[in-house]
Amino acid sequence: MESVGKKVLSIGILLAGIAMLIAALAMDFTGSESTARGPLLVIGIIVFFVGLYLFPTLKHHRKIVYFIFLFPLLFTFVVTVIIPLVLGICYSFTDWTGIKFTQVVGFQNYIAMFKDPSFIWSILITFIFVALNMVLVNLVAFLLALLCTSGLKGGGFFRASYFLPNLIGGIVLGYIWQFVFNNVLNSLTGNVSMLVKTHTALFAIVIVYIWQYAGYIMLIYITGLTQIPGDVLEAAKIDGATPIQTLFQVKIPMIASTFTICTFLTLTSAFKQFDVNMALTNGTGSVPDFMGSYLTNGTQMLALNIYNTAISKNSYALGQAKAVLFFIILAVVSLIQVRISNRKEVEL
Amino acid sequence: MGEGRQVGKEAKVRAVLCTVIGIGVAAYVLFPFYLVVLNAFKAQSSIVENPISFAGTSFKQLITNLNAVITNSNFNFWYAFGTSAVITVISLVLLALFGAMAAWVISRNNRKKWSAAIYMVFIASMIIPFQVVMLPLISTFRDVGKFIGISMLQSIPGIVFAYCGFGGAMTVFILAGFIKGVPYDLEEAASIDGCSPEGTFFRVIFPLLTPVITTVTILNGMWIWNDYLLPSLMLGQNGKVKTLPVAVQAFVGSYVKQWDLILTAALLAILPMIIIFLIAQKQIMSGMIEGAVKG
Repeated sequence: MESVGKKVLSIGILLAGIAMLIAALAMDFTGSESTARGPLLVIGIIVFFVGLYLFPTLKHHRKIVYFIFLFPLLFTFVVTVIIPLVLGICYSFTDWTGIKFTQVVGFQNYIAMFKDPSFIWSILITFIFVALNMVLVNLVAFLLALLCTSGLKGGGFFRASYFLPNLIGGIVLGYIWQFVFNNVLNSLTGNVSMLVKTHTALFAIVIVYIWQYAGYIMLIYITGLTQIPGDVLEAAKIDGATPIQTLFQVKIPMIASTFTICTFLTLTSAFKQFDVNMALTNGTGSVPDFMGSYLTNGTQMLALNIYNTAISKNSYALGQAKAVLFFIILAVVSLIQVRISNRKEVEL
Repeated sequence: MGEGRQVGKEAKVRAVLCTVIGIGVAAYVLFPFYLVVLNAFKAQSSIVENPISFAGTSFKQLITNLNAVITNSNFNFWYAFGTSAVITVISLVLLALFGAMAAWVISRNNRKKWSAAIYMVFIASMIIPFQVVMLPLISTFRDVGKFIGISMLQSIPGIVFAYCGFGGAMTVFILAGFIKGVPYDLEEAASIDGCSPEGTFFRVIFPLLTPVITTVTILNGMWIWNDYLLPSLMLGQNGKVKTLPVAVQAFVGSYVKQWDLILTAALLAILPMIIIFLIAQKQIMSGMIEGAVKG
């Protein structure tokens, strides 16, 4: 008897939820401007799930719970990542304006961006920036990790202070360093700020990036180094290995997987660098002659170029096509990196 | 004996050398922070004159600067701080809860095809850069908002929704990795005792996840609190709702070269994060390491 009552109740709630959903959707499709339709839709979904949850079935209860548990995250994920990704790839082949599109233009956006010297320049400096950072950040971070694990007194303080810049958002960091370059270091660089000339400004971005990121990568190297078993180092010492030999023949091979993680992290994050670039130079800087034209976006890296194309210049379809290319480059480069590192790890 | 003393001496020299280098690097790393704090105590004229010296610093000037920044209508510090805090906290709670729920379902069904497929999609999606989805995301959210009659842009619920979507993959990945290591016997015992599946999850599994949920919350929190691009696109530069990074950008944009105000604003913007770091230094650093090693 009780279970019949429960069944009726749960079906009642389920139906109420569905009724609310239908009512809300009907209002949407008929173009009603009633402000109740949004809340009705949300409440309808919740009521529907409550009814589903209360449904008295021993056989399917587990499945219902699984569905309810998966739904919230999967739903937000599909709406914010999967749908925009699919739409974005489609939009890159149209004359999309950010709101609507009128016709499919094929590969026109892709052809247009390769004819644009300023975009080629952005790709070029992004690659240089990424390569420089992969080497320099890892080198600096590894040296700092060696320093911190070599019996440095007060190691905790040093670790924390080296890591500190990583806590601060790129926008604020960028403005702080703009001040440092323009008002403090300019006396060292002949009263001309490093941010004025294109090539020194690029170097300035590298400096800020190392400052921000090396402390974080250092922490990962420290973890790797402290995981090397003590008896291995002891054995090397007894065999008469010098510290340099121990470093190159014992320590570095033993933390090969840490190197893989760190190069991957620096590669992907340097590639996506946006905030510091925007706050420090906003991409400005003149290039007198590149592919026969004068450029004003000397320090504009790919991510910022995409943003400016779409938001500042209002060319959404072109910006989206650049973003798709950016995605492809990033995916290919990271796959190659992982493959090379894995092979190296096996060799070692 | 003699050799031993020499080794001891060498070690001492090395220790001193290491300390000197360590302090040198620390001074370099902390120098910009020192400049921010120092110059927040100064008026514009003495900053321009000499940004490194103590000349011209006074508490009165700090109060003046703070007052000017906090009451500034472009910055609106307390409002921006509150907005950032609300968005970050709600997103973190929802991500931890929904993430754990989804991760549990995925890892308890890992032999089934649908579960493996969802997991693969989550992992693959981690390489997708924000740039490739950001433009269609805005138009999708605008359309959805118009359709359901609840604005998804320029609203806190909309941005929390987006953070749940973007943070979901990494959260599930780390949590599912941990749940796989939790013995299944625990759940079977609970279910023999008559515990429902959802009861098992909330009473047995969820409490066990505390350490890994801390890790996930730190990783997501650092990213969401500092994020600029997503809120600037969704909320707009001149919209009503602003997060702290967006407010800093809007403020600096309107006060070019007013370093007394800009640096005071920077100080206010970095202070909350530094205070949290001082309190939970160990957890934050180990959380960041774990996130990197597992991701």
